[in-house]
Amino acid sequence: MSKAFTALPARAAVDEATTPSPLWGEGWGEGPRAAQASRLVTLTQSLAGQNRTDAAWHVLADVPDPEVPALSVRDLGIVRGVSEQDDGALEIVLTPTYSGCPAVEVIEADIVAALDAASLGPVRVRTQRAPAWTTDWISDAGRRKLREYGIAPPGPTGDSAPIRIVRRESIACPRCASTNTERLSAFGATACKALYRCIACREPFEHFKPI
Amino acid sequence: MTQSIVIKPNADAQYVLRLADTCLIWSHRLSEWCGHAPVLEEDIALANQALDLLGQARALLTRAGQIDGQGFDEDQLAYLRDEGDFVNVTLAELPNGMNGQRDFAFTVLRNFVLSSWALLIWQHLASSRNTELAAIAGKAAKEARYHREHAADWVIRLGDGSDESARRMAAALERLWPTTHELFDSDEVDHAAASSGLGPAWSVLREAWLADVEAVFVEATLALPPKSAYRSEAKRGVHTEHMGRLLAEMQTLQRSYPGGMW
Repeated sequence: MSKAFTALPARAAVDEATTPSPLWGEGWGEGPRAAQASRLVTLTQSLAGQNRTDAAWHVLADVPDPEVPALSVRDLGIVRGVSEQDDGALEIVLTPTYSGCPAVEVIEADIVAALDAASLGPVRVRTQRAPAWTTDWISDAGRRKLREYGIAPPGPTGDSAPIRIVRRESIACPRCASTNTERLSAFGATACKALYRCIACREPFEHFKPI
Repeated sequence: MTQSIVIKPNADAQYVLRLADTCLIWSHRLSEWCGHAPVLEEDIALANQALDLLGQARALLTRAGQIDGQGFDEDQLAYLRDEGDFVNVTLAELPNGMNGQRDFAFTVLRNFVLSSWALLIWQHLASSRNTELAAIAGKAAKEARYHREHAADWVIRLGDGSDESARRMAAALERLWPTTHELFDSDEVDHAAASSGLGPAWSVLREAWLADVEAVFVEATLALPPKSAYRSEAKRGVHTEHMGRLLAEMQTLQRSYPGGMW
């Protein structure tokens, strides 16, 4: 049975679950993840006094999606919950983007590694299919980062409307903002993106499809 | 060779397995295009759709294994069953063309007909009493919309295209149309699923599906072939001659090197 997401863990419980603790312990050395961890130490030190789930949410804001590294797993909206379990594990609930997404295992491993490095472990990742992930869950910051990265962000999904065949609304070019664009392929380098070309600036770009 | 596995007779498991096998075998056929499609964009599009279908198949096989209760996982169900125990629809297993020739028109027409059907099934299953199946369907419905859109675009473009593309599209329709009867041919497996709330009897989907495909065929200037008395039965384990070859390729590694992983 899980505790409430907002439950404030007792400080002692956190210390028991995290050995050795780079936050409060001595002698943090040159480990293989030292560079990443020292950044996380700084980050998590500033959070001293806040609870473990809050600290985990902060760490997750820095775990990139392997296929769209401009976005963190939090920006993407695939982290649906963080909670402390009775057995002391931190449970992360993940909802995959696509049924066949090949990055799921990598994302899980990255999340566990990042949280372990921040001494927030032990960590367990649970996959939750319903409700199904939608691009509506991509954060505003995530949409801005997508545009800056050269990917046109998705519009609202409107699942009930049939997808328009042959004629569609135009997508704004993430480089010059022109809407004089054309679709080259419904499926880009990954299932979540379509390939477009801007007729105004002649640059190709990808569009994160609303789903 | 590793010994084959057989699942127990159970209507619920069969119902889920028909969907799982259809996704798996259809995915395998699409994956055969990888590196061979007419243009790079389509190569990538077909591979991406194969990946979606494979993801759906994995989730459904896992669910079928749970209902069966003998402890078989997705890999065992995919690689260790014999031909007669696969229950995909015939349309999924037909080769990617006709007369031994790979044909893009046939492939996109199959994608259109099957994804139009799959979309309706997923939409119905999203309210299945089986919450795991409903969750799988909720996700799959979103993906099927894009598959259908992609295929419909091509059916219109080729059907209403050059003389050659229209000829090929018409030939493909003539070839695959008789197998569509199987998509709506309900039997005791369907009736059990419908009465228990697991999912719809496939026959109830026919009217909506026909309206969906006819609307696109009109735009594509394609005429429906006449009704046929041909009845395909792959979903009851009676396959075409193409299925054995497909399974031989798909299963050879696990059969030769049991439990092999990389």
